[in-house]
Amino acid sequence: MLDCGLDMTSTLNFLPLPLVQSPRLSKLPGWVLKDGNTFLDKTELLDLSTVDVILISNYHCMMALPYITEYTGFTGTVYATEPTVQIGRLLMEELVNFIERVPKAQSASLWKNKEVQRLLPAPLKDAVEVSTWRRCYTMPEVNSALSKIQLVGYSQKIELFGAVQVTPLSSGYALGSSNWIIQSHYEKVSYVSGSSLLTTHPQAMDQASLKNSDVLILTGLTQIPTANPDGMVGEFCSNLAMTVRNGGNVLVPCYPSGVIYDLLECLYQYIDSAGLSNVPFYFISPVANSSLEFSQIFAEWLCHNKQTKVYLPEPPFPHAELIQTNKLKHYPSIHGDFSNDFKQPCVVFTGHPSLRFGDVVHFMELWGKSSLNTVIFTEPDFSYLEALAPYQPLAMKCVYCPIDTRLNFIQVSKLLKEVQPLHVVCPEQYTQPPPTQSHRTDLMIDCQPPAMSYRRAEVLTLPFKRRYEKIEIMPELADSLVPLEIKPGISLATVSAVLHTKDNKHVLQPPPKPAQPPASKKRKRVSDDAPECKPLKPLLSGSIPMDQFVQTLEKHGFSDVKVEDTAKGHIVLLQEAETLIQIEEDSTHIICDNDETLRVKLRDLVLKFLQKF
Amino acid sequence: MWREPWGGRLSSPPVPGAKARTAGLRGACGSAKKTRCIMDRECSQLLPSVCAVLADSRQLVADDTFLEKFLDWFKTLTETESSLLLLQENPCLTELITCVLKLKDPSSSTLSFILRLTGIFAASESCFQYLQQRELLISLFGEVGPLSSALWEEASVRSGWVQGVHSMVQHQSALHFLCSCGAIEVIFTLQGDPSLFVASAANQLLVHMLTFSLQSFQTKPENIKDCDWPICAQKLIVHIEESLKSNSASRIKQSLKLLTSVFGCCHDLWTEVLWSRLSEPIVYLLEEEPVHAGHSLVDLFLSMARSPVFSCPECSLWTSVTCALEHLNPAQVGRLAVGVLKLQECPQAVKIQALSVLLQPMDCVLKAASQPLEYPGLLNRSVNDSATVETLLSCRSSCASLLCQTLTHLEELQYLTCLPVDLPHIPLLQSVVTILQFCIGLATPASCLGNKISRILIGCFRVQRSALDILGALSHWESPSVFIGSVFDILLAYLKSPDTSPTVLKKSFQATLKWLVSLSEAPSSKDHWQQTEQFLQDLFLVLQKRLCSPYWEVRDSALEFLTLLVKHLREKEGFRQVLFSSEVPKLTEDLLEDPESYVRASAVTAMGQLSFLTHLISKKPGVENGNVKEKSIVAQLKEILSTDSEGFPRRAVISVFIDWLREGHPDVLKDTEQFVSSVLQAVNSDLDWEVKAGGLELAEVFSAQLLGRLGLAACPYAAVLSSATRSTHLSESLQIFCQVKLFEFLFGALCDCDRPVAQKACDILIALKAELCDESSLKEGTSAGLSTEARGIAWLEETLRRWSSCAKPCPRGDADEAGSQDPNGVLLVLRTVDLEGLHRSLNRSSDHIEKSPQSLLQDILATVGTLEENEADCY
Repeated sequence: MLDCGLDMTSTLNFLPLPLVQSPRLSKLPGWVLKDGNTFLDKTELLDLSTVDVILISNYHCMMALPYITEYTGFTGTVYATEPTVQIGRLLMEELVNFIERVPKAQSASLWKNKEVQRLLPAPLKDAVEVSTWRRCYTMPEVNSALSKIQLVGYSQKIELFGAVQVTPLSSGYALGSSNWIIQSHYEKVSYVSGSSLLTTHPQAMDQASLKNSDVLILTGLTQIPTANPDGMVGEFCSNLAMTVRNGGNVLVPCYPSGVIYDLLECLYQYIDSAGLSNVPFYFISPVANSSLEFSQIFAEWLCHNKQTKVYLPEPPFPHAELIQTNKLKHYPSIHGDFSNDFKQPCVVFTGHPSLRFGDVVHFMELWGKSSLNTVIFTEPDFSYLEALAPYQPLAMKCVYCPIDTRLNFIQVSKLLKEVQPLHVVCPEQYTQPPPTQSHRTDLMIDCQPPAMSYRRAEVLTLPFKRRYEKIEIMPELADSLVPLEIKPGISLATVSAVLHTKDNKHVLQPPPKPAQPPASKKRKRVSDDAPECKPLKPLLSGSIPMDQFVQTLEKHGFSDVKVEDTAKGHIVLLQEAETLIQIEEDSTHIICDNDETLRVKLRDLVLKFLQKF
Repeated sequence: MWREPWGGRLSSPPVPGAKARTAGLRGACGSAKKTRCIMDRECSQLLPSVCAVLADSRQLVADDTFLEKFLDWFKTLTETESSLLLLQENPCLTELITCVLKLKDPSSSTLSFILRLTGIFAASESCFQYLQQRELLISLFGEVGPLSSALWEEASVRSGWVQGVHSMVQHQSALHFLCSCGAIEVIFTLQGDPSLFVASAANQLLVHMLTFSLQSFQTKPENIKDCDWPICAQKLIVHIEESLKSNSASRIKQSLKLLTSVFGCCHDLWTEVLWSRLSEPIVYLLEEEPVHAGHSLVDLFLSMARSPVFSCPECSLWTSVTCALEHLNPAQVGRLAVGVLKLQECPQAVKIQALSVLLQPMDCVLKAASQPLEYPGLLNRSVNDSATVETLLSCRSSCASLLCQTLTHLEELQYLTCLPVDLPHIPLLQSVVTILQFCIGLATPASCLGNKISRILIGCFRVQRSALDILGALSHWESPSVFIGSVFDILLAYLKSPDTSPTVLKKSFQATLKWLVSLSEAPSSKDHWQQTEQFLQDLFLVLQKRLCSPYWEVRDSALEFLTLLVKHLREKEGFRQVLFSSEVPKLTEDLLEDPESYVRASAVTAMGQLSFLTHLISKKPGVENGNVKEKSIVAQLKEILSTDSEGFPRRAVISVFIDWLREGHPDVLKDTEQFVSSVLQAVNSDLDWEVKAGGLELAEVFSAQLLGRLGLAACPYAAVLSSATRSTHLSESLQIFCQVKLFEFLFGALCDCDRPVAQKACDILIALKAELCDESSLKEGTSAGLSTEARGIAWLEETLRRWSSCAKPCPRGDADEAGSQDPNGVLLVLRTVDLEGLHRSLNRSSDHIEKSPQSLLQDILATVGTLEENEADCY
C-alpha cells in the first residue's frame, strides 16, 4: 500500500471547537456542538488486513495510519524514514491534543442515518459515506501504530519477501520525504509522491535514480498550480508587514512543521528591512518546541547549504537565532505563560489550518472583529472560504497565499523529460485542465505516450508483464554443466536439477543422487517412496531438411515416399509400410502399425538429422 | 559618471591662492592644438630613434596602442602639412618603410603598422608618386609584398593592408595602381575573410572605391550610362552582379551589404543607374523559396528607401519593396515595414501594406482568443499568407520573438509625430490586452492556435514587457470607456499578481502612469474620472502592498512610480483625496529608513513630491498636525543629508531641496536663508562629488533668486535701478550671501579635488563676480582703502584659509557667526582671484600634457628601454 493520508476536509462540515466557551458559536441555531471530531473517509474497496507493507512518502501521508493498524487487523510492516515518523508523530500528537482537550459533553451519530442525513442542510446532506466518518484516534493508538513502523534511510534497499526490492529516495518536499522505487530483477516501478524541485530546507530531490522506470506513478503534485511559491512568500511578507505597520495582528493558521520553517527563515531576513524588529512572533502548538528542535537535529536530511552549517557549527535553521533574541517565542497553548507574555501587535503561527480546532479558533474569535487584523492562509489543503464560513461576518482581512512547493506541471514535464519512464500513471485530475480554468491547457500533464489515468476506487493494470524470473544455480550444480556452443556466443547446457522456491527466491539444486541398490526389504520400501530418477534422455534441437530426409529414407529401402506440406510442417507418407511420419516444429510422431522395429529404425533416421545434448 | 581628479597631479593640497597663481601660469601657455599639428623640433629629433626602434625586429613594442597613437598623430599631421615635405624632412620615415620591407622576419604588428602608415602618406598624390618612384608601394601592396609572405596568414597584416589601401584611395593614381597590380581581386577575396574585421574593412574599402571612382566621374546626369563608367567601377559592378547571381549565400550577403553601404552613403544620380542594372538579380532573390538573405535585403531596401534618389513614387524600388513585404518571412519583414512607415516620401499603397504586415500577427492573436464573429479583427484583408504567421505563432521558438518584434515595431510607430496611415488603434489595443491576458492565463483560447499560443505565452516575461510598453504608448489615443476599463483591469491584474517579475512590474507601473496622465490631460477627462478614481483606489491598495514587498527592486519601482504619479496628478483634487485616504504616504515615510540605499533615495524623492501635497492638505481645516509633520519631514531629510552613509539618499535629498527652492516650497519660503545656510553647511563636509555638485546648484538657484528679487539680475526687461538703489541692493544681497556663508562654500568647492565640482564653483563665482563687482562696488572698495595691492597675496591666502575653516560645520554655527565675514573682503577676494584663468585651466583635461606627440615618442623609447632592462635582468 502506498501512503495512507487522511482526508480532513470533512471537518469543514462541523463547527469549530472553541478553547473557551464561545457564546456566539453556542447560540447558533440547529446542529450545534455535536460529534465534532476528526473523521476518516475511506472506502471498503479492499480488505486492509491483507496488506503486507505500507510505504510512507511523507509525514502528511501517514495521518490515517492508526485507523489502519489498529482497526483493520493489519499485521504487516510500515516503512518510513526517521524524520517522517518523528514529525508525523508530532502532527498526530497535536491533532489528538487539539481534539481531546475540549471533550464533548454529548455525541451524536443518529444523523448519520441516511434518512436523517437527507433532511440536513447542505452541504452536510450531500456528504458521501458519512457512515465511515470516525472519531479521532487516541494517543495509545498513535503509539501502537508508530511502533509498527520500520525506519529506513535514503537509498537503502529493502527486500520484500524476495519478490521485490523497495528503496526510498529523497523527494525534496519535506524533512525525510521520499519517493519509492519498487523493483524486481526485470521491472522497475517508481512511486513519485509529494516531490519538490525548489531549493527549500529538505535534501534535494534525487532524480537520477528514477531513470529507466517501466512505470512512474505520479501523484502529490501542487494543489495550487497557479500560485508560484516565491511570489506567494513575497505576498505573505508584504501583507504581514502592512498589517503590523498599521497596528494590526497577523494570524497564520499552519501545521507545526514544514512550510513554517521556510516562512520563519524568510521573515528572519525580512523583519529588519521591514522595520518589524520589535514585533513578537508567537508559535503556539502542543508540539511547537519539539518541532523547532527536531528540525535542527535532522542535519543529514537537510539541503546541502544547511548541512554545511552544522560543521561550522551553527544551527541549520535561523529560527534558533530568532528564539535566542526573543523575537520568536513558542508556547504549547494559549494558557499559561503565553497569556503573561502576550503583546500586540504580533504575529501568531498556530494550528489547525482547517480553523475547526486548535488555538487558532481562539484567535479567530479574538481578532475577527477588527479590520486592522489579518489572517493569512498558507496551507493549501483547505478551501479558505469554507474554513472561514463559521466565523462570518468577519471584519478582519483575509489573505490567501497558499505555499505549495510540490511539483507544478512545468516541473513535471521537465522531470519526465529527464527521467524518461516508459509509462506514466497518475490520477485522472492531472490529465485535464482544472475544472474552474478549463482553458488552461498548460495545467495538465503533457507527456508521450499519454499518461494512464486512474480515478477513485478504480482498479488499474499496470502496463507491463512479468515475463522473466531470476533463478540461482548452486555452485556444485553449475560446476557440472557442460555448455555446448550452438551459435557463436551462445552456448547451451542441459540442466537437471531440483527447483527450490522459498520466499520468492528460486534456486536450482543438484538432483538427489540415484537411489542405492536395496540393502534390505525395509530399505527398498523407503526408496520406493522417494521420487524415481529415470536416466536422462538427451535433448534434441535443429530442423529436418526434407529433401535429405527423403533421400535417406530411400537409401534405407523405403520406396514410394510421399511428402505433404501441412500448416505446421510436413507429413511423410510411407505407403508401402503403411506408416506416417508427422514432422512439426517442436514434435515428430511416427505412426505405424505396432511395428516397433520399424518405429525404432525410423526414429534413428530422424535423430540423425538432429543435434543432441 | 565621468570623474577627473583635476588637482591630482599637484603634490600637496593646493592653497587657493597658490592654485590661482598656478592656473594663471598655465593659462599663459600656447594653444595645445598648435603643438599637436606641426611637428616641432623636439619631435623631429626624437623621430629617428623611434623609427630605429620600430625597424628593429628584436625590439618588440609590447603595447601596440602606441602604434595606434602614432598613426593618429601622422594622420593629423598629413591633414595639415604636406606629406611629401614631411617625408623629405624626415628621411627616417622612408628608411623605416624600406627597413621593415627588408626584414626577413618582421613582426605582424610592425608590418601592419607600416602598411597603414604608408597608406596614410600615399593619400597625397605627390607623396604617392614619391613612394612609387622608390617602388615602395608595389613592394607593400603588390603581389610580391606581404601578400605572398607567410605573415599574410595573420589577420592583423591583412587588416593593415586593407586599411592602408583605404587611406591611399584619395586620388585617381591610386585607383589605377590598384587596378593594375591586381589588388582589386585580393580585396574581393578578403570580402569573405574568416576575420570579421578584415571582411568588413574590405567591404567598406570596396564601397569607398566605387563611390570615389564615380564621384570624380564628370558627366551630365542624363548621359550616365554604366558602359562609360571607369574601369575600376565596372570591375566592381561586374563582381557584385556575379555574386548576386551566384548560389553562394555568403557572397550574396556580402554584395547586398556592399550595396546597402553604397546607397546609404551616396545619393548621387549614378546610384539610380546602378539600381536599374542590379534590380533584376535582386528581385530574383526575393522570389526564391525560401528567401535566404532576408535580413540583408531588408537592410538594402531600407537604405535605398531613405535615399532621395529613389523617392519618386514611380520608382521601381517600390515594386521591389512591395514584393519583399509579400515574400519575406514575417519575422524578417517587420523591420522593413516599420522603416517604410517612417519614411516621408513613400507611396501610400506601400505604407498601407507595410502596416498590414505589422498588424497581421496581432490580428492572429486577437482571433485566436475570441469568437471571430464578435470582432472583425485588425485587417480587412490579409496581405500575406496568414498560414505562415500562424505557423510561426504556434511554434515555441518563434512565437515570442515574432510577437516581441511586432510589438516593438508597433510601439515605435506610436511615437511618430504624424502617422501616415490610419492605425486601427482600438482593435490594436484589444489585441495587446489579449496578449497580456494570454501571458497570465486570463485569455480564453478560441482555436487550436489559441491553445498553442496560450501554452507558449504563459509566464513569458519578454512578451509581457514588450506588450506593456506598447500598451503605455497606446494611451495617447482617445479610447471609449469600455476599453479603458479593460486596460485598467489588465494593468491591475499585473500589478496585483505575486508572480509578476520585478522588471515586468516596473513596465506595468510605467504603462499605468502613461494611461493615468493621458486620461487626466485628455479633454474628455471628466467623463472618465469616476472610472479613473475607482482604479486609483484599487491601485493604491496594490501600491501599499508593493511598498511592503520583501524585494527591494519592487519597493524601489513602487516609489518611483508614486513620485511620478504625484508629480503629474497633484493638481487633481480627486487624486489627492484617494492618495491621502490610503496608507501610502505613511508607508513612504517609513521607507526613509529602508536598509537598501536605493530605496531610501527613492523614498526621499517621493517624500519631496508628497510634501507639496501634504502642505495643501494641511491648510484645510480638519487635517491636524499638518505643519508639525511637514517640519519633521524637512528635519528628516536634513538628517539623511548629514548622516546617511550611502551617496544615493544624500544625492536624492539635495535634488529634492533644489526642487523645493525652485518651486517655492512653503517650508523653504519661511526662512530661505536659514534653510540654504544649513544645507550648504551639511554639503560642505560631504565627500560625494555629486552631492557637492547638487549643493552648488542649490547655491546657484539661491543666488539667482536673490539677485532677481532685488532687481539685480541681468534681465533685459527688468526696470533699470538707480545707481543708489542698486548699490543698496548690492550690499544687501552681499550681506545675505555672507550670512549664509555662500562664499566660504563656493571657494571651498573651488578647491575641491573633483574637477566637475571645481568647474561648477568657478562658473558660479564668475557669474557672481559679474553681478557684484561692478564699477560702483569697485570704487567703494577702493575708497575704503582695501586694495589687493595693499593687502598682498599673503592676505588673500590667509583669508581663504580662514573661510575654509569657517565653512566647516560647527555644532551651533549659524547665521550669526557668519557676520564675522566682511562683505568688502569678499568683494576684494572676488576681484583678486583670477577666476577666468582658473576656468580655462579647469576646462583642460588632466592628461593634456601626456597627450602631446613628444610624450608619445618618449613613451615608445622608454618602453623599449624598460624591455631591454628586463632582458638584462633575465640574463
